[in-house]
Amino acid sequence: MDFSLLSDNIGLFMQGFMNTIWASLLGLAGSFILGTIIAVFRMTRSRPLVWFGTAYVEFFRNIPLLLVVFLFYLGLPSLGITLSGFASGTMGLAVYTSSFIAEAIRAGIMAVPKGQTEAARSSGLTYVQTMFYVILPQAIKLVIPPLSNQFINLVKNSSILSIVAGFDLMYYGDIVATETFDTINTYLFVALFYLIITLPLSYGSRVLERKLARHD
Amino acid sequence: MKKHWKMISLGMALCLAMTVLAGCGNKKEEGGLGAIKDRGKLVVGVKFDTKLFGLKDPSSGNVEGFDIDISKQLAKRILGDENKVEFKEVTSKTRIPMLNNSEIDMVVATMTITEERKKEVDFSDVYFQAGQSLLVKKGSPIKGIEDVTADTKVMSSKGATSVKNIKEKVPGVTVLEFDNYQDAFSALKAGQGDALTTDDAILYGMAAQDPNYEVVGEPFTDEPYGIAIQKGNSDLVQAVNDALKEMHENGEYDAIYEKWIGKKPAE
Repeated sequence: MDFSLLSDNIGLFMQGFMNTIWASLLGLAGSFILGTIIAVFRMTRSRPLVWFGTAYVEFFRNIPLLLVVFLFYLGLPSLGITLSGFASGTMGLAVYTSSFIAEAIRAGIMAVPKGQTEAARSSGLTYVQTMFYVILPQAIKLVIPPLSNQFINLVKNSSILSIVAGFDLMYYGDIVATETFDTINTYLFVALFYLIITLPLSYGSRVLERKLARHD
Repeated sequence: MKKHWKMISLGMALCLAMTVLAGCGNKKEEGGLGAIKDRGKLVVGVKFDTKLFGLKDPSSGNVEGFDIDISKQLAKRILGDENKVEFKEVTSKTRIPMLNNSEIDMVVATMTITEERKKEVDFSDVYFQAGQSLLVKKGSPIKGIEDVTADTKVMSSKGATSVKNIKEKVPGVTVLEFDNYQDAFSALKAGQGDALTTDDAILYGMAAQDPNYEVVGEPFTDEPYGIAIQKGNSDLVQAVNDALKEMHENGEYDAIYEKWIGKKPAE
């Protein structure tokens, strides 16, 4: 590997790396919140909410991420809303991933024994309180492995920002590759930068999993 | 102790992956004139998304344009049959790696001859003289390069010379770079930026595609297009240059130029 390539272009790489971290953090938070809301929608007794949740999941889960991002980047301007490449890429990423997260969390909610809801409701908690204080904490603990998979995918999928000029790691990787003509080495460094984000993420999720398991 | 082994084996796996990947880049096959003649087919990298130069017609599947006609004439002169040519799609981003990986024999894809690129590939003589210009929505306040300021958002294609040029002309300008010119044009149409910049030849093709957009101002650079060939294949470069010269002399070049650009080439 040619490290002068890295040192010569460190400014571009770092800029991209920081933007990828930002996109990942925002995407992670956004997709987790959205996904949880959609999962809860699908578990309510309200027909419209169930329908909305189902339609949301089936729509965003079954079209390519690229299309979701194009919808935000090229589609929204026709409604008078113009979002930057970074914003539309990150939002597309969050919405797309949230549909998978919603399914994971829904599976977790279903795995929590019914007695938990019954006990919570009979001790006077409202439906919403039951969900947020009793069911969701247990459900999310159960689905940490599939959730961390989704989060790792989200980090990697954030490379979609490069298509809509989102100034992420892949975007600058493309530029460095075309400017230096050293495609293989450039993308190897890009891969290393992604690993710097994803390896701790998968390690962290394993630690978290073990820590939470101890409380059972 | 167990932990150590884990780390060591992980490290070894990583090293292995790196060597394998790095090794891929060094694969070089014998290209050149002889290989082309043995194969009986010229493999040319062209654009599939650039009107007037190389555009794939989705209904017929044929690629058409100035670069295509030039390539066919080259095949006719090198192999004796203008149909003995295969077109592979390249973009500004992929054309040099594909050429150096011997996936294609030459690049005829609106490629400007630059000193930097000359370090990577060999170029033929200039086969088209273009200049960088601006494409804007009709009625835009931008009437030429002098109206582009640091606040203007300009779009272009990754790896294109036009990015460097506009940054030199207008320091601090925001350039949004896309994978190809069609994506850049889509983004311009969606209002994601103020102007699209690249060679006028490509811009005229886009303006022809959507009459709401126009090319403004005089070209502000010289962009001599060359045919790129893997380094060291001097016999192939010579063959291409001879062919180009012959086409200029017998008027075939002018005919192709007029067919696509709509006017006679400037002297």
